[in-house]
Amino acid sequence: MANAAIGRSVPRKEGRSKVTGEIQYIDDLSFPEAIYGTVIRSPVARGKILGVHFEGDFPWDEFIKVTAEDIPGENRQALILNDQPCLAVDRINHREEPVLLIAHPNKHLLIEARKHVRIEVEEETPIYTIEDSDAKKEVIWGEDNILKKYRVEKGNVDDVWASAHKVIEGEYRTGAQEQLYIEPQGMVAKASPEDGVTVWGSLQCPYYIQGSLEVLFGIPADQCRVVYAATGGGFGGKEEYPTVIAGHTALLAWKSGKTVKMIYDRAEDMAVTTKRHPSLTRHKTAIDKDGKLLAMDVEFLLDGGAYATLTSVVLSRGTIHAVGPYLCPNVRVNARALATNLPPHGAFRGFGAPQSCFAIERHMNKVARAAGLTPEEFRNRNFLNKGQRTATGQLIEENVDMQGLLTTALEKSDYHAKKARFAKENVGQRIKKGIGFATFFHGAGFTGSGEKHLASTLGMEADRNGRIRVLAASTEIGQGANTVFSQVAADTLKISYDAIDIEKPDTEKVPNSGPTVASRTSMIVGNLVAVAAKQLLAKLREAQLLGDEYTPDQFNSACDQYIEKHGELKVISEYSQPPGINWDEENYQGDAYGTYAWAAYVAEVEVDTLTYVTEVKDFVAVQEIGKVLHPIMAAGQIEGGVAQGVGFAVYEKVVWRDGVMINNQMTNYIMPTASDVPEIRVFFEEEPYAYGAAGAKGIGELPLDGSAPAVINAVEDAMKIDIDFIPMLPEDLFELIESAANNGQGEE
Amino acid sequence: MRSDVTQYEMVAPKSLDEVLANLSSEPGKWTLFAGGTDLMVLMESGKLAPKNFLSLWGVKELKGISYTDDSMTFGALTTYGELQRHSKVREYFPMLIQAAKETGGLAIQNRGTLGGNIANASPAADSPPGLLVYDAELELTSVDGSRWVPYDGFHTGYKQMKLGEAELITKIRVPRPDPKGVHYFKKVGTRRAQAISKIVLAGFGLMNEGAVKTVRIAVGSVAAITLRCHKTEAFLTGKSLNDSVIAEASEIFGGEITPIDDVRSTGRYRRQVGKNLLKDFLESL
Amino acid sequence: MVSVAKVNFDCTINGEKKTISAYPMARLLDVIREDCELTGTKEGCGEGECGACTIMIDGELVNSCLVPALQADGAEIKTIEGVATGEQLHVVQESFVVNNGAQCGICTPGMIMAALKLLEEHPDPSPDDIRHGLAGNLCRCTGYMKIFESVLAACQSMKQEV
Repeated sequence: MANAAIGRSVPRKEGRSKVTGEIQYIDDLSFPEAIYGTVIRSPVARGKILGVHFEGDFPWDEFIKVTAEDIPGENRQALILNDQPCLAVDRINHREEPVLLIAHPNKHLLIEARKHVRIEVEEETPIYTIEDSDAKKEVIWGEDNILKKYRVEKGNVDDVWASAHKVIEGEYRTGAQEQLYIEPQGMVAKASPEDGVTVWGSLQCPYYIQGSLEVLFGIPADQCRVVYAATGGGFGGKEEYPTVIAGHTALLAWKSGKTVKMIYDRAEDMAVTTKRHPSLTRHKTAIDKDGKLLAMDVEFLLDGGAYATLTSVVLSRGTIHAVGPYLCPNVRVNARALATNLPPHGAFRGFGAPQSCFAIERHMNKVARAAGLTPEEFRNRNFLNKGQRTATGQLIEENVDMQGLLTTALEKSDYHAKKARFAKENVGQRIKKGIGFATFFHGAGFTGSGEKHLASTLGMEADRNGRIRVLAASTEIGQGANTVFSQVAADTLKISYDAIDIEKPDTEKVPNSGPTVASRTSMIVGNLVAVAAKQLLAKLREAQLLGDEYTPDQFNSACDQYIEKHGELKVISEYSQPPGINWDEENYQGDAYGTYAWAAYVAEVEVDTLTYVTEVKDFVAVQEIGKVLHPIMAAGQIEGGVAQGVGFAVYEKVVWRDGVMINNQMTNYIMPTASDVPEIRVFFEEEPYAYGAAGAKGIGELPLDGSAPAVINAVEDAMKIDIDFIPMLPEDLFELIESAANNGQGEE
Repeated sequence: MRSDVTQYEMVAPKSLDEVLANLSSEPGKWTLFAGGTDLMVLMESGKLAPKNFLSLWGVKELKGISYTDDSMTFGALTTYGELQRHSKVREYFPMLIQAAKETGGLAIQNRGTLGGNIANASPAADSPPGLLVYDAELELTSVDGSRWVPYDGFHTGYKQMKLGEAELITKIRVPRPDPKGVHYFKKVGTRRAQAISKIVLAGFGLMNEGAVKTVRIAVGSVAAITLRCHKTEAFLTGKSLNDSVIAEASEIFGGEITPIDDVRSTGRYRRQVGKNLLKDFLESL
Repeated sequence: MVSVAKVNFDCTINGEKKTISAYPMARLLDVIREDCELTGTKEGCGEGECGACTIMIDGELVNSCLVPALQADGAEIKTIEGVATGEQLHVVQESFVVNNGAQCGICTPGMIMAALKLLEEHPDPSPDDIRHGLAGNLCRCTGYMKIFESVLAACQSMKQEV
């Protein structure tokens, strides 16, 4: 038998083509006949469209122009709701909203001409904040601006307040965050009534795009083909937005009869595409005199932007994660997503959980202080354990040891010694050091019955040499999908890792294994690979071509003989829900996720009191993620997520003005460089999950949840100051220190 | 939104004479273009009007670093990379090294030039504060010849400078500072590397028998130009430094700077950090 | 709208002599990608911030998005396509594959150019040397740790080869 690939750090499947520059991203593919398309966008955040004027000295009749009237099917972005048009008609609901499309063979001319299309508008009063939307200062969406709401209830919090030892309240905010994949978004399309629509692009979810093109063009799914090009990072930013670009590009292709290419430049990408939802969370918590949680009342609000997009599901995940990995007999979470006149917010790694996790992990520190306990002791008294129930009433049946994870993280980071040392040494020093942590969990895969509804399928095919091809719509976006699928296939089939190929996602060639989101690709789709591999083996055995034990050569020859006889050797595996999962969508009760990853992160910071700059100096990430399929890539996932979390906490601020991001350049939207990231030390504990690929759980999103609160808890330790928002930039810390000095809080 | 590159003319003279001839024969027509690290960014963001550019990159007379016992002279086209690699610059002008090291990444440092940084006249530029406190002089050249002017006072307002239409900056000369002096340079950027400054302060000071003999202070990103703080310097000169003198200096300094809110920071923050840095500098003397 | 005239000039790309015809202010990045069809050099930001378009000109790192074509007249250019020797990967490339220094891969060509320069100048780089040497190249996937490890491992291999 070949060496087992799982658990070993085999070389990345497409690694060679990435280090040579051979791999082709959308802008690298050659379409010599392509013309170039672009989008003309709304100049105001809210108003009525009065007219469109083509001005300046341009040969306007040479341009292909597409308005909503040219849409063959329905003018909407088919996603969850039907509220977002593909092209605005009459009304404008956010800045940079697409109004019309133009294309021309001369790229240079197009660049200049687009600046001379003027949208005439009658402006109306926009709203830009959660508070204004909640107060219905203007009603801009539906009857009450509420895009979605949920309520989770366990016990009765209102019975508790009066008799509680202490009641602690807090309010926490998180800002918008840009995914900042280094490859800007882009698509190429060919389309005609005869041949249907084909798009190639940078994307996470081919079948989302197919579903949307079907509606937009009013043609059957099999006439809408979506082909993945190598994708230079996604992080959620290429979950739903590529659907918009695909639609636009395809409409221009449909009208012109030509191949159309549309690649965003960075400024456009940052100004118009989705970002992480800003949030506002209000906590009210009751404890008893032993520091045990009695009641948690949470109001969790998201700014959804102008249209619903994926907001309802983002809100859902944020809601379920809102009280963290703690046991509390009485819980109420009221969650609302509110519409504003900002460009729609959308998917970003963590998907609502980083927002509510920041709030709960800051709040737990505050509650601990009120209880007279250390943050560690307070959490240890309240961690959720096996056999207990979450806020949604889910019984935890896996071996959870949050206290153990925390203890490990504190040991690895030398937390106690450092905390004591910093407290002593900070006095009178310009640089204040601090150390803090966050403890958290992340549900893997789609929420509730989501996976059942997705009903993902995956194909596997052998050739006569025994080479295996995995057919999946799951996209390689850097996370290692190709590699993990190959590992799982190789080990299940007991053949070499090198004998596995991964088909390029193309809706004409691969079945729908679901979207590449929600930390589901390794765990759920990886398991579909294992199931398919077993089906394939079963076929060979049924045909009596393979025994229980076999060599790779025997496998190859079995494949050859099978194909000789039957023409092909191909199987399709289908998702089946693990037993015992029950979810009540109506009441938000039951088994929210099949399994959870659990973690404790510790951050060490230095704050320069001369400049108010926070630098993260050390970071320890300890997590239990089921079976670790590929140690190096798994660590890479965590490290990358931590760096994004550090950015979320102390660097990355979207500056809005009049409803649009005005720091839409990499120069002015600040993500960490190689000089800014701390040493990130990653440790795994393994509790294999029976229904994940080879025991794996999802890990992609996990590191985003706890990194930011760990950093801010460390800043709190250094500065002895309450910080209830992120991003917390030096300017913010300066203002906090100023106002604390005026109110007598703080050290000096 | 990016610009249409087909609308930008550029020619690349091979010699200084050719550059000067171009500048004098068609005054006002040409815009000088050095390493492009700023102009290309403006073009990308649609903020560079179509112009006729004279590329200086191939003009050898504008390159090179030379030195005497008294001073060091940089060709205007000296890059940040070249500055850092020069041992004498490292020895005598640590602030220029630090500024060069903190300008963009290495790839930027190989194209960004001292002369370009001065002529581009961004108040957030990294090298001007150091040059100002080192009392740099500029050689300005036209077909009519060359003249040396002090760098201090060269910039008169936002992107305004005392440079004739037919002139260009050919050299930058800095006198060797007193070896007993203290050099202070602190850039507060948006992050550790690849950062534009929120505020940058350079200081040079020399004490004599407990009193300030010489002090020069310059600060970037707090006014329309990189500011030499003459009033603060005048106040400090001859004084013994103690808390109340430093506090008073800080007040005067606060009156000299006019920081504003922009996409990178706030006026309030810049003002306070400027004062903090000034204090830090004075305490290091 | 009337365009300016294109200019013709010679340069060397990955050891091969080329005659380029381009608008003088065209970005060298576009000339390399479109005219020379070397698409390994990537565009991430167009403003010299992300480093995805990093190449070498006359042995020095530059951001090709900030170089006007005309300034490449006579230049010796090296792109990612010129790093491997035939099928044989450079030690640094090999190390990025083995150590997972490339995730999505879009920053990788520029990062490898920066890493090559780093190891040329610091054959035995300190952690600070590595951070400083790569600070002009943004990576959103890795958090840089596996990139640092790739560089260190490459450095070890290079020492053993000597």
